[in-house]
Amino acid sequence: MSTNAVEQAAPAAAAEDAATSGTPARTGLLIIGASQSGVQLAVSLRALGFDEHITLLGDEDHRPYQRPALSKEFLQGTVESESLIFRSNEYWAEHNVDLVKGEYIVKIDKEADGSGVAHSSSGRQFPFKRLALTVGARARKLEIEGGDLEGVLYLRNADDALALKARVGDATDVVVIGGGFIGLEAASSLQKMGKNVTVLEFGPRLVGRAVGEETAGYFLQAHRARGLDIRLATSAKRFTANDAPGGGGRAVAGVELQDGTVLPAQIVLIGIGVIPNTQLAEQLGLAVDNGIVVDRFALASDGTTVAIGDCANMPNPVPGSAPGERIRLESVNNAIEHAKVAAYSLTGRREEYAGIPWFWSNQADLKLQIAGLCNGYDQTVLRRDEERGKFSVLYYRQGRIIAADCVNAPLDFMAVKNALAKGQNIPAGAAADPATPLKTITTDS
Amino acid sequence: MPTVHFTDAEGAVRDVQGNAGDSVMETAVRNGVPGIVAECGGSLSCATCHVFVREDCLSQLPPMEDMEDEMLYGTAVDREDNSRLSCQLRLTDELELFVTTPEAQV
Repeated sequence: MSTNAVEQAAPAAAAEDAATSGTPARTGLLIIGASQSGVQLAVSLRALGFDEHITLLGDEDHRPYQRPALSKEFLQGTVESESLIFRSNEYWAEHNVDLVKGEYIVKIDKEADGSGVAHSSSGRQFPFKRLALTVGARARKLEIEGGDLEGVLYLRNADDALALKARVGDATDVVVIGGGFIGLEAASSLQKMGKNVTVLEFGPRLVGRAVGEETAGYFLQAHRARGLDIRLATSAKRFTANDAPGGGGRAVAGVELQDGTVLPAQIVLIGIGVIPNTQLAEQLGLAVDNGIVVDRFALASDGTTVAIGDCANMPNPVPGSAPGERIRLESVNNAIEHAKVAAYSLTGRREEYAGIPWFWSNQADLKLQIAGLCNGYDQTVLRRDEERGKFSVLYYRQGRIIAADCVNAPLDFMAVKNALAKGQNIPAGAAADPATPLKTITTDS
Repeated sequence: MPTVHFTDAEGAVRDVQGNAGDSVMETAVRNGVPGIVAECGGSLSCATCHVFVREDCLSQLPPMEDMEDEMLYGTAVDREDNSRLSCQLRLTDELELFVTTPEAQV
């Protein structure tokens, strides 16, 4: 974000009063995390007629913004920071939502009725009647020698993206560690910006568990064909510093691999997954297990606090999933749908999660769209249209379609997403011919 | 200043002034126009910013590319001849655009 995107939000009036009077009035909803899910929760609550005060609090110095472009259009400079902003200041003012920026909550006191006071590291207090945790996840750190050198970077938030953009002009060689979505998106962007990019992936294939073998193989081949140097089953041993006179010894200059090879790198970008932020939930005594444990209505184990989005571990919402199966999803779509569930809970209604999880990742000219979750598949069907550059993998479990990965094939994606949403099937036997639109072979049972 | 007139499925009209260069989708979302969802933020991945463009405005808009065309086959409310994805429509200085939002986007 540039500074002009960072205007001062109106102060949280209720919170200010409380901080000075010493007797906090525990009114309204406090949303901790000015994230995709936090923003959607506030928006959905107002759409449902929730008329209590809402404070939307974040620890960054930016107005709430969209993250997906950080590794793509924003990094490449094709969109401005202002267009990443979720809502205008006027929108928040008109809807009686106070934005609080740059406050990091370190401790929460909460009563059995769900009300309490949150304390920030700067000493401010934020009283609330109800609490929502939309605290997201943080980048997993790679703890090896040289990890604290300048130019060893992560890409999770706007400041990370700005730090990367600030260094990218002077760099010729970039090593990306982690062949997941973030790593591959950023690698593709940096390659497009003229950098010499190498991707190191610790595992035997790209993208880990998010896609099946065929899709991972397709991306490996496609990226290599586009000139990206991808090394599987390869990990960094340490980062070396620039020891030349004037180099200062503090900036990264290379990545030493386990076999002793040193790759030159003026930037190392690490994308090896995220860890859900559960510190506050743990301090509150909420159940935590790979995220904040919530029920079907987004309620944490105290029955009053809601937790949604990347930080929440919820019952698998997909129809037909095994009873008791739980899942934590990291996606825009989930942040939005989970927020809607929480908005209903906070207004006294009980509505279950709707819709089929979906994901997207744009890498160079490869546009991946994923519908559904492929966990537990027992059959795949490939649809490949070489001429038009389209590639889809359909996933089946016991003869029923459960998911699809679609590359540059939005019609396939849409057909599968719609079929899943309506409980329909796309019989595997007829699905392999890319000339047959999936929509035309979809069946009602 | 470019202006977009959004009419929802019930006929309620909302006039929003935007900035040249921004998309119709961005203009709608930032101002909280309820008929536009835009989950993917404008990267042509979700087809949840579908609008029907008033016929006499169509010629002022850039032609549709293949990806938008294909995505429009997956909208929640079926496409019509005047359907566009509003993330692909950029405002220009003097543009005055009339669009109707569908009953549902997801």
